[in-house]
Amino acid sequence: MLGKLSWDAIPLDEPIPLVASGVVVFILLAVLVYIAVKGWVPYLWREWITSVDHKRIGVMYVFLASIMLLRGFIDALMMRSQQAFAFQSQGYLPPDHYDQIFSAHGTIMIFFVAMPFVIGLMNFVMPLQLGVRDVAFPTLNSVGFWLPASGALLVNVSLLVGEFARTGWLPYPPLSELTYSPDVGVDYYLWSLEISGVGTLLTGVNLVTTVLKIRAPGMNYMRMPIFCWTTLASNLLIIAAFPILTATLAMLLLDRYLGFHFFTNEAGGNVMMFMNLIWAWGHPEVYILILPAFGIYSEVVSTFSGKPLFGYRSMVLATLAICLLSFTVWLHHFFTMGAGGDVNAIFGTASALIGIPTGVKIFNWLFTMYGGRVRFTTPMIWSLAFMITFVIGGLTGVMLAVPPIDFVLHNSLFLVAHFHNVIIGGVLFGAFAGYTYWFPKAFGFSLHEGWGRRACYFWIAGFYVTFMPLYIVGLMGMTRRMQHYDVPEWRPWILISGFGALLVLTGIICQIIQLVVSIRERESLRDLVGDPWDGRTLEWATSSPPPAYNFAVLPEVDEEETYWTVKQAAARRAALREAPEYVDIEMPRNSPTGFVVAFFATIMGFSLIWQIWWLVAVAFVGSYATFVVFAWRDHDEHTIPANEVARLDTANREARALALKSYAPR
Amino acid sequence: MRKRLSFALAVASVLAISGCDIGVLDPKGPIGVQERQIMIDSVAIMLAIIIPTIVAIVVCAWWFRASNTKARFRPHLVYSGRIELVVWAIPALTVLLLAGVIWESSHLLDPGEPVEGVGEPIDIQVVSLDWKWLFIYPKQKLASVNELVVPVGAPLRLSLTSGSVMTVFFVPQWGSMIYTMNRMTTRLNLRADEAGDYHGLAAHISGDGFSDMHFVARAVTPDAFADWAKGAKGADFDAAAYKDLSKQGTVTPSLQPLADATLFDDIVSQKLPPGPGPEPTPHPSGSRS
Repeated sequence: MLGKLSWDAIPLDEPIPLVASGVVVFILLAVLVYIAVKGWVPYLWREWITSVDHKRIGVMYVFLASIMLLRGFIDALMMRSQQAFAFQSQGYLPPDHYDQIFSAHGTIMIFFVAMPFVIGLMNFVMPLQLGVRDVAFPTLNSVGFWLPASGALLVNVSLLVGEFARTGWLPYPPLSELTYSPDVGVDYYLWSLEISGVGTLLTGVNLVTTVLKIRAPGMNYMRMPIFCWTTLASNLLIIAAFPILTATLAMLLLDRYLGFHFFTNEAGGNVMMFMNLIWAWGHPEVYILILPAFGIYSEVVSTFSGKPLFGYRSMVLATLAICLLSFTVWLHHFFTMGAGGDVNAIFGTASALIGIPTGVKIFNWLFTMYGGRVRFTTPMIWSLAFMITFVIGGLTGVMLAVPPIDFVLHNSLFLVAHFHNVIIGGVLFGAFAGYTYWFPKAFGFSLHEGWGRRACYFWIAGFYVTFMPLYIVGLMGMTRRMQHYDVPEWRPWILISGFGALLVLTGIICQIIQLVVSIRERESLRDLVGDPWDGRTLEWATSSPPPAYNFAVLPEVDEEETYWTVKQAAARRAALREAPEYVDIEMPRNSPTGFVVAFFATIMGFSLIWQIWWLVAVAFVGSYATFVVFAWRDHDEHTIPANEVARLDTANREARALALKSYAPR
Repeated sequence: MRKRLSFALAVASVLAISGCDIGVLDPKGPIGVQERQIMIDSVAIMLAIIIPTIVAIVVCAWWFRASNTKARFRPHLVYSGRIELVVWAIPALTVLLLAGVIWESSHLLDPGEPVEGVGEPIDIQVVSLDWKWLFIYPKQKLASVNELVVPVGAPLRLSLTSGSVMTVFFVPQWGSMIYTMNRMTTRLNLRADEAGDYHGLAAHISGDGFSDMHFVARAVTPDAFADWAKGAKGADFDAAAYKDLSKQGTVTPSLQPLADATLFDDIVSQKLPPGPGPEPTPHPSGSRS
């Protein structure tokens, strides 16, 4: 009846996971009860859960990423503290638990923090920058969000029911095969990522279609803001790479569930094929994350230098070059497999080549600041910290691209330090810059600057104190994923690294305080105009938060920085343009499809993990039926009357006219 | 001049962290020495542009701060062919230089390439197991567990495979690491130039006992090596002993005479099946302990 599921799945004999999951369940229930008692359920259902508005979905993505960042960071604290204690002793985490923690940490941070964070920002910003009302397929967008949310939920369920994978964030066979990992941990990993991977692919299709087919009148490719270009490149990579991930994990599932032999030791299985396939996805994945971050830095550096981006065409070219090159370097993840001099040399050179377009970008940001008027706001501080940190990460990255250097540093803590250097210093700093930069656009008030800076400084210091020692112990021959160790020379550096994690913790606490303080002081931080930073791109041309339809009238675009030009012209003649003629606007209706599908997907994933076959069938039929019901809909749009549009736009125009009086044209 | 300065900086920083006598910055064999040299060279090449870049970022951001009235505001500086040329040329030239390093060194230090040395090359067959290392000396007819003993200065010819999951053989102070995989043989050539005990380890997660899967890599004088080779005790290491060893767990070092010189081939060909993995638990669901 319940497949493999029994009371043994609950870790009653292990206090740490039991207490942790108990606390999580308690908090979750408390929040749900609070929401129900306050009577917020209908509001949440109507305005958020069933919303197909790209802005709302973008905000939910970032919310998901933030919650999962806390979970992933708690894992990180446990790893750092375990290694601090586990010198010539077992520490406080036994290997089976420690192995789950580093596997969960990597999986969560990549798939459920970095991915939703950048996708959320792309979802929120890109249609606004393109001057359009929504993405190409609004309901699909909602499905694309709720499926990764379902995957994230499954990963967290493994804390209480069963266990998570103990095989690292990429489950290399044969360790991840049934023979060596008979428990459900790997199944939790595989089904979570299969479900969320489908969602990510749908989002990729959606966002690419939006950039290619839906732009404001006159917005040709070379007039798109650079963030739209990086969004396009990143989502093209999603479309090309995520099917590989889904297929590879499906092969491993076939091995585990139906006795296939893709990657087993026996019957001609080939583990090297898994490595090739997983990294054919895995390396482009890195650029899926970093390209949107590059876009964010470009917008931020340009805005806060008071200048257009230097070398726009170069930036576009560099973005596309990275997009293409990212598919030609995957073998550098296993130089140490003995492929031979020619193969290693070719992939090493290709990897170093990516340094060229990346270097160009750094120089172009430098020249954007050159001759500008740089304002050191929080997003700009994140960006400057990124530029310096990322250059160091690039150096160690190119080191690892030299095969003989990789021969002594592969799988060491040097490697761990390197990818945290580029993921934290690149992707995460970018995500935080974007979060601070576009927060007023999303909610109508800015984030508190002082707490933002404090968060920034603690994060930056924390990053360096945590990971520079890891570079050093990596050079001292310490390999990654050690539950304990006996070498005394490693110890001091590990202790320093643990202290660094506490600095990062302080940074995260500052971010939480920043959010609370900003909400409490929102009246004084209010952005009435919709353009708090003296922005240059179209998202600042509408109110904060924008109306559901984004723009009362779609903007006419006739150059790269249309909004900037219009703003300067208005400032010079000290008057806004004539009010446009308002017409009715049709917008897509909300739909619970995404939420209901994800509900069934969660049940299906859970029952597949525990092999409760009847429930698998029920959930499958349920999710299929949801699609059918959606496909049979009669009405999919509702009309916002012209006078309502006029009312909202007039209010914003009044605020802008007022602000114009104190605005000096540049 | 600037390049020489940054080279000095690179060397200084590398030396600063290599104060302790372990790890890949203190190699005791020609492979490791060359790899360290390549590391220093490529870091120096890159620091030559990275340090000026970092300085330029800081100086530029600070000088052009909005409150600095002395800085010239040039809002229309958005394109310059000359700057673009430089901007593409600098990283391109650096990478060109590095590509040369990559190409040369990949071939020179390919783990399959033989290493020069004094005396007879020593053949060693390495088998990674859950969670111990088996070193087979086919010529000396020895089977050593968790202890790799080699004569100083002799070329070491390693053939490696795995008796269960994939992992990595690595002695940081000797140089290159390499993967071990079941049903496959990888090759690695090394040499140890200084007598001593070195830290050897598994460098890829292989299950719960992974952290204990380290071994002693001992370089001794040729005479001492001959003595050691005579010291094998106890019963012959045969297929039954191997099967016992391939069960999951950790063991202390041991040295036995080798029963059958084809043991390694039998492991690679799966005539001796891969390790059985974890014992079946009483409740096969999600049991944690």
